[in-house]
Amino acid sequence: MKLNDLATAIGGKVLAGEDRPDVEIDYAFAADLLSDVLSLAEEEDRTTLVTGMINPQVMRVAEILGIAAVIVVRGKLPPASMVEYAEELGIPLLTTCKTMFETCGVMYADGVRPSRTKPVHETRDCP
Amino acid sequence: MKHQIRAGDVEHGGSASARIKGELTRAGVDEATARRAGIVAFEAEMNLIVYSDRGGTLSVRVEPEAVIVEAADTGPGIEDIALAMTPGYSTAPEWATDLGFGAGMGLVNMKKNSDGFEIASRLGEGTTITCRIERPKGETPGREEGHETR
Repeated sequence: MKLNDLATAIGGKVLAGEDRPDVEIDYAFAADLLSDVLSLAEEEDRTTLVTGMINPQVMRVAEILGIAAVIVVRGKLPPASMVEYAEELGIPLLTTCKTMFETCGVMYADGVRPSRTKPVHETRDCP
Repeated sequence: MKHQIRAGDVEHGGSASARIKGELTRAGVDEATARRAGIVAFEAEMNLIVYSDRGGTLSVRVEPEAVIVEAADTGPGIEDIALAMTPGYSTAPEWATDLGFGAGMGLVNMKKNSDGFEIASRLGEGTTITCRIERPKGETPGREEGHETR
């Protein structure tokens, strides 16, 4: 789905990347720990990150991983420095008052799919 | 490329690694290799910030066949390396976990994104980690992608 349609669906506000409403959001990954994002997100898909983190490291991780867009959940308002950095990088940044669960649910219902991830059993013995 | 990382400097955490990724891309390293090196560098940088006594250095070297990322500090050193390498194991202080660090995946991520991973540590002396990320074979220097057929 397109960035603009996504913003409408999750009742979100586009803080950075308003000039790029047509960015395609096809795959997503949700996490609140940066290393979990870094350990699991595969490179093949242009992944959108759904997170509750609003520290500067989020955009740096997004830059390193080539993240398509960042959606901040639970009504958190990213600081101006994070918004400016997102603009500089050309990575759209959205904020929504919905919870992470609800945001992901709406996105899934609208056709966004889980980003390909490395299987967790690569890092841990799962039953 | 050598970057000094200050202990406790969370505000700038990850900025050296973000720069490193850009520098690698500009040096002609392909996107996938630069991304892996960026992940390795980011984890190493955050480790220096959260765990080292006096900060340390993050060095990156581009070789014809590989990118080498090296992180070195002067303490405190890791008591049990095998335990530190266990996925999910973390000794991160609360201020770090509050910020989204301390998933206990840092060293695991570094190893997973490297083709060669060496860690040497002595209590009271420090830790040095060297990661080798191999570049795709046949890559043309100065080109961003290694897909050319020639």
